[in-house]
Amino acid sequence: MYSYNDFDEAFVRERVSQFRGQVERRVDGSLTEDEFKPLRLMNGLYLQLHAYMLRVAIPYGTLNSGQMRQLAMIAERFDKGYGHFTTRQNIQYNWPKLPDVPDILGALADVEMHAIQTSGNTIRNVTADHFAGAAADEVADPRPYAELLRQWSTDHPEFQFLPRKFKIAVTGSVNDRAVIAAHDIGLQVVDRDGQRGFRVLVGGGLGRTPMIGKVISEFVSEADLLPYCEAIVSVWNLLGRRDNKYKSRIKITVHEHGIEDIRARVEERFAHVKPTFGGVDQVLLAEITEAFAPPVYRATSVAAYEAVRDANPAFRSWSDTNLSAHKVDDYAIVSVSLKKQGETPGDASADQMRVLADLAERFGHDELRISHEQNVILPHVAKGDLPQVYAALRDAGLATANIGLISDIIACPGMDYCALATARSIPIAQQIAVRFDELKLEHDVGPLKIKISGCINACGHHHVGHIGILGLDRAGVENYQVTLGGDGTQDAAIGERAGPGFSAEEIIPAIERLVFGYLDLRSEPEETFLQTFRRLGMEPFKAVLYPDKEGKRDAA
Amino acid sequence: MAKAFTSKVVTANALLEGDAVWLTEDDRWTHDIAKAELLTDEAHADLRLIEAQMRQHEIAGAYLADAIETPDGPAPVHFREDFRTRGPSNYFHGKQTEA
Ligand code: HEM
Ligand code: SF4
Repeated sequence: MYSYNDFDEAFVRERVSQFRGQVERRVDGSLTEDEFKPLRLMNGLYLQLHAYMLRVAIPYGTLNSGQMRQLAMIAERFDKGYGHFTTRQNIQYNWPKLPDVPDILGALADVEMHAIQTSGNTIRNVTADHFAGAAADEVADPRPYAELLRQWSTDHPEFQFLPRKFKIAVTGSVNDRAVIAAHDIGLQVVDRDGQRGFRVLVGGGLGRTPMIGKVISEFVSEADLLPYCEAIVSVWNLLGRRDNKYKSRIKITVHEHGIEDIRARVEERFAHVKPTFGGVDQVLLAEITEAFAPPVYRATSVAAYEAVRDANPAFRSWSDTNLSAHKVDDYAIVSVSLKKQGETPGDASADQMRVLADLAERFGHDELRISHEQNVILPHVAKGDLPQVYAALRDAGLATANIGLISDIIACPGMDYCALATARSIPIAQQIAVRFDELKLEHDVGPLKIKISGCINACGHHHVGHIGILGLDRAGVENYQVTLGGDGTQDAAIGERAGPGFSAEEIIPAIERLVFGYLDLRSEPEETFLQTFRRLGMEPFKAVLYPDKEGKRDAA
Repeated sequence: MAKAFTSKVVTANALLEGDAVWLTEDDRWTHDIAKAELLTDEAHADLRLIEAQMRQHEIAGAYLADAIETPDGPAPVHFREDFRTRGPSNYFHGKQTEA
C-alpha cells in the first residue's frame, strides 16, 4: 500500500495545525461564518441540518486495519459510535462538535489519513475500482495510475482555477466497477499488441444534467497518459464556460462542441504538451507500482471450504452472492454488505469496524476497501479461511447475503442529514429493503440495483440505477420520481423518467408493482430486470407503475 | 398587490454543536421552536434577522423560516423545518432525545 513520504506527512500536519488556529478564531468570534466556511470546507467540514459533518477521504477506497481501527476510535470518542461510508469512497461522521474537529484531524493524520477535500475548482481525488489488484478480470491494478494522476494534478499550477471541479476515475478491467462513464475523464486500462495503455472517455457526469462519457481515444499509451490528460484539461480550461456554473463542467463543453471537435483540439494540444514531459513521470510510475505490489498469497484447503458450502445453506447463499472471482484461484474477494435490511445503507458501528479490521489483519493481508456502492471489501481472502470469516461476520451482523440484490440499495443521506436535500432518502431505502425481505423475493428477483438521491445533485447515483428514485419537494410535500433502465457499468446508460412522481406513502407500493410486473414480464428467470427493460422498453413498466388512467398522463 | 407576509421565526445552527436553534423574544437561542419569537411583521422580521446575524460567536447561518402560531407556541410549516425540530428519522438522535 502507498505510504506517506516526509512531504505528505509534513503537509498534512501543517494543515491540521492551521485549522486548529482557524477553529479557535471562529469559536472566539473573530472569524465570521462567511470567513470560516471556505476554510472548513477545505478540511472536509460541512454544516448540515442537525450538526456538523466531517468527510474523510479514503483514496481509491483502500484502508489497512490500523486505519479502520482509528476510524472506529473516532466514531466512539467524537461521534455517536458509527460512521457512514459513501458512494465517493469516503467516510462521513454526522455528529462532530466544532471544537473537537482539530483533534479528529490529528487522529487521522496519525494513521496517514485526512479530510482535505482539495475542494474548489481543481482536479479532485482520483477514484478506482474497489476490486483493484484482486479482480480476476483485471488487465492491471489501476491504483498506481490513480496515484500517478493524483501526484501530477495536486497543486498543478495550470489547474488551480479551472472552470469547475474535475473528477477522474480509473478501472483496470473491462467490467467497469468504478462508473468511469460518469466522470469528467474515465480511464480503462487495456493491453493492445503487447503494449499497455488506456481507453479514454471524456465528458461524463450525473447531477442536474446527466451525461454518459464519450470515447475520445481508443488507445493512449502508458507513457502518454499524463500529457494526454493534461491536454484534455487544458483544452477545457480554455473552452469551458465560466459564465454559468450549470454549464461549466466538461460534459457540457463536449456536448456543445461535439466530441470530434474536442478530440481534434486535444490532439493538437497534446503535440505541444508531450515534449515537456521528460520521462520523470515514468520513473515515478515505476516507484508507485512497487508500492502497490500484490501480497504474498498463502495456501489453504479449498476442500474444507467446499465441504462447509455443501453442509451449510446459509454459508452457501452468502458465498453465492457476496464473493467475486480473485485473480488467484484459491482466493476470493469478499464483499461485506452494509445493507442489512432495515438498517441505514452504508453505516457501520465502531464495533463492526473493529471486526472488519481484525478480519483484514487475520485473514485479509491487512487490506480493506470501501466500494462506491457503500459496502466494505476484503479483497484478498484465501478460500480455506472463508468459513471462519463468515462466522465472524455473522456474529457482528455483517453477513447479509444481498450483494447486487434489491436490498443492496445506494442511498444518499437525504433530508435526514443533508442541508441541500429536497426530500428524505434513507427511510425509503429502509422500507424497500424490509418489504422485499418480508416477501422473501430478493433471490428470485435477482440482480437489481436501486439507487436513491434526496435532490438533483445525484449523490445517490439515481440516474444509473436500474431503478432510480429522486426525492423532490412538490409544493411542500416529499415526492419521489422514478427512472428506469439506468446502468453504471461498461454499458452505461442514464435512466429514463417513468412519469409523475409518487408520495412517500405511494412509492413503496409503486416499487412493489414494478418488481412484480418485471417477474411477469421476464422471458425466463435468468433474464434480469435491466435486460427485460432493454428488450421491452418503457411502456409495459409504465403500465404496471400507473395502473389507473388518471396517473398515466405525463407529468407537468 | 403585495403578497401577504407569512409569519416567521429566526433560526440558525449553534456554533459549537451545529444543532438547530431559534431566537427568542428576549434574545436567547432556544432548542425549542415553541419558545421562539413569532415574527408577524416583515420589517421587524428583517431587523431581527440582521440582529441575529451579528451574533457570529454563537451561531452560523441564520435565516428566516416560515412558522405558524399554535396554542403551544410557534410551529414549523415546511417539512424540512419540522425535521430540524426533531433530528433524523433513521436513529433516535438529535433534538427528539432532548424532550
Ligand atoms: C450530506 C452532505 C453532502 C452534501 C452537502 C453534498 C453536496 C453535493 C453537491 C452540491 C454535489 C453536486 C456538485 C456538482 O455541482 O457537480 C454533489 C455531488 C455528488 N455527491 Fe454529494 N453531498 C453530500 C453527501 C454525499 C454523500 C453521502 C455521497 C455518497 C453517498 C455523495 C456523493 C456524491 C457524488 C457521487 C456526486 C457526484 C454526482 C455527479 O457525478 O455529478 N455526496 N454532492
Ligand atoms: S443528493 Fe442532494 S440530498 Fe443527497 S446528499 Fe447529495 S446534496 Fe444531499
